[in-house]
Amino acid sequence: MTRRRLLVPLLLAMALVGAACGSDDDDDAATTTTGGGDTTTTVAAPTFDAGTTMAALQSKGKIVIGTKFTQLGSGLKNPTTGELEGFDIEIAKLIAIGIYGGTLDTIEDKIDFKETISGVREAVIQGGDVDLVIATYTINENRKKQVDFAGPYVIDGQTVMVKSDNTSIKQLTDLNGKKVCSGTGSTTPDNLKAKNINPSELVLRSTYPECADELRQGRVEAVVTDRGILLGLVEASGGSLKLVDIEVSEEPLGIGLKKGDDAFRDFLNDRLEEIFASGEWAAAFERTIGKLGVATPEPPTLDRYTGTGTATTLATTTTT
Amino acid sequence: MEVISDNLGLFLRGMRTTASLTVLSYAAAVVIGAVVASFRVSPVPPLRAVGAFYVSAVRNTPLAVLMVLFFSGFPDAGIIVQSRYVSAIIVLAVYTGAFVAETLRAGVNAVALGQAEASRAIGLTFPQTLVLIVLPQAVRTVVGPLGSIFIALIKNSALAALIGLTELAGATEQLISTTAEPIPIFLATAVAYMMLSIPSSYAVARLERRLAIKR
Repeated sequence: MTRRRLLVPLLLAMALVGAACGSDDDDDAATTTTGGGDTTTTVAAPTFDAGTTMAALQSKGKIVIGTKFTQLGSGLKNPTTGELEGFDIEIAKLIAIGIYGGTLDTIEDKIDFKETISGVREAVIQGGDVDLVIATYTINENRKKQVDFAGPYVIDGQTVMVKSDNTSIKQLTDLNGKKVCSGTGSTTPDNLKAKNINPSELVLRSTYPECADELRQGRVEAVVTDRGILLGLVEASGGSLKLVDIEVSEEPLGIGLKKGDDAFRDFLNDRLEEIFASGEWAAAFERTIGKLGVATPEPPTLDRYTGTGTATTLATTTTT
Repeated sequence: MEVISDNLGLFLRGMRTTASLTVLSYAAAVVIGAVVASFRVSPVPPLRAVGAFYVSAVRNTPLAVLMVLFFSGFPDAGIIVQSRYVSAIIVLAVYTGAFVAETLRAGVNAVALGQAEASRAIGLTFPQTLVLIVLPQAVRTVVGPLGSIFIALIKNSALAALIGLTELAGATEQLISTTAEPIPIFLATAVAYMMLSIPSSYAVARLERRLAIKR
């Protein structure tokens, strides 16, 4: 009884506080973007034209971002702290700051991270379950028919991971006739096909730690996917797995959004350019992937494509 | 719909794997179930305990847990089955075996006590009584439930996708991720599962009528 009596005023109070915060945001409309990778940098919330996705997100007060929860380096839910860590997470926060203002420390309240494995990325964007997908998502023509991409925000490359004691896989052609693991929905099968590599079996698992297990247990001989993903797995393996210096492909990773929302895409690209120039991008890289021993690269060149691949003009030619 | 016709081969291969997976694991499950059920009704207390433990351990664990535990966990303890197809059959058979055992036990309990008493009176041993007299009558009464278990198994076999097997559900997952067209693909998958399970239901119904005990 007492509990129910308390609940109503509490909810009212929360609503009032929420409303107060909302009007606060509207008041200081200055669009000052301060640079630097400093986590205490406070950015005021900008104003957007009514009717844009950015304005809608601002008034909703939360952005839903799909990311991976199992990938050290890019997106990992730390099992001890429960916090999300990784480069994709940092990029998500920096994008959100561009919408809501605030600092890297406070912005988390504005983001609702949703776990998004490789295989469902298009579906969750199209279905409106998420506003953005930032999940080691390679930009390619096939996917551009289903969703749009801002970015790339980093160029990754696919490479090969084997057991530390493996000496039989030294170059790409050594993968011929071997059992190889990769993620369901990853670009690996196409990349291998493009280079005329024919593994005896290409096992597709829904997350990459499962591939690492298969490798450790000797069910497959190699795992092929983005370097950023593999570096995290090598780090987590405690020395039992290693990378082989083979370049399988170049993977421009982008931010997935609903197809046709060009204003939102332009905003995202502008925001990326901002963080490239301010050094926040480099700082985010150093905090995450940099810790795995990768030198911070130059920011990539954005791909501001126009009108690529509308579903009506391009026939679907996917074969598996 | 073009997605489906373009990838019909993958679909059909997936369906074939699902069908063979179901049939083979069901056959193994019936053997396991018969053995466990006979343990549970046997006059030897330790055997009854083993049977009861098996049923409660397996039946109270989610199939997904058993699947991943067997495939990814057991290898770290030194038990490894390399083939993911065989691994899936083992797990599905062990899991379904517990349900078959309980169903058969119910069937055994439904056989009139006088049958067992009469067998003992003419000098049959317990195994003879069970195999020659009781089980044949028990099975007839539980054809329906055993059929339900088979149909459940068709659908349960989808969990083999968890360990990377490209059966129907695994093929679906792969197709969706490469084509990004979930709705038509999921619909096609649902239809494919029905194409496997509806004929099975009919077959079970027929079998039930033919084996029905005329009283």
